Amino acid sequence: MTSLKNKYFWAGIRAEFPLLIGVFPFGMIYGALAIEAGLSAVEAQMMSPIVFAGSAQFITTQLINNVAPGFVIVLTIAVVNLRHMLYSASLAPYLASLPTRWKALLSYLLTDEAYAPSIIHYETNELQPESHWFMLGAGLALWAIWMFSTATGILLGTAIPDSWSLDFALPLTFIAMVVPALKTRPAIAAALTAGGAALVAYALPYKLGLLIAALAGIIVGTLLENKTVGARLSGDS
Amino acid sequence: MNIWLVMALGGLITFGIRFSLIYLFGKFHIPETMRKALHYVPPAVLSAIIFPEVFLREGALSFSLENHRLLAGLIAIVAAWISRNTFTTILAGMIALFLLQFFGV
Repeated sequence: MTSLKNKYFWAGIRAEFPLLIGVFPFGMIYGALAIEAGLSAVEAQMMSPIVFAGSAQFITTQLINNVAPGFVIVLTIAVVNLRHMLYSASLAPYLASLPTRWKALLSYLLTDEAYAPSIIHYETNELQPESHWFMLGAGLALWAIWMFSTATGILLGTAIPDSWSLDFALPLTFIAMVVPALKTRPAIAAALTAGGAALVAYALPYKLGLLIAALAGIIVGTLLENKTVGARLSGDS
Repeated sequence: MNIWLVMALGGLITFGIRFSLIYLFGKFHIPETMRKALHYVPPAVLSAIIFPEVFLREGALSFSLENHRLLAGLIAIVAAWISRNTFTTILAGMIALFLLQFFGV
């Protein structure tokens, strides 16, 4: 059993690896911005484990810079992270049999970058005994790199030149994950709808564009699936 | 404003959002349509993250050759389609981007 846990744990770390390359510069930029916004090194560093949400941390430093009231910042963090409720719903069936402390731990680690490899792993391999160790591996790898890159940014500023384009590793990894998963017409339609809607809704603040676009894609995919199944049933009869 | 209080509340709310449905699942009946819908979360969310990164430059749609990320992204999509391999896809996209930037098409 232990070797099974090991296997999944390391598979999760491996799957997370390309995302880490893309996340590292973001962590550094966050650390540097937090210092510029007037946070102390300790405050800047500690926001990473306490909030543990990249986009929300970026926006928080911006708001602190603009001397926004505390409740506005808290509310903004909530809105920016609202999209994680979708991830929570999507992973819930696979985590249902775990003890609450595991659910809590994996929820704490549930970022965009931990969600993506984990849900793809679950959807590809179905639910297996001990496969939650995969998500733990992916989540902890991201956690460690987020802390380390934050510290690097606090100490060194943004030392990685933009021209290296390391951040492009993030969308590339997501492409590598989503393309093989597009096996049915409704799935393709969901992806194209969400992508198109994300372009239209891009100007919306607080990542709301992403949330609305994802919801649009989910609705289109589900409607098409129901329609296809309906047509097949009536065709058979 | 106490920054520590703001961080603590922000962290608690973030955790609450992430934990919410994982915790509530199984405590309520979930309609069949909802279960189906959950399977479209990954393709929808990931595409909603990918498209703006590839098609937008400085907040505006860009279909020109000067948008290196568009061409590199399309190459990566083709590589992913053919290879079904994460490493190959990322390598193809990164090399394409570096070459495009280097030769400044």
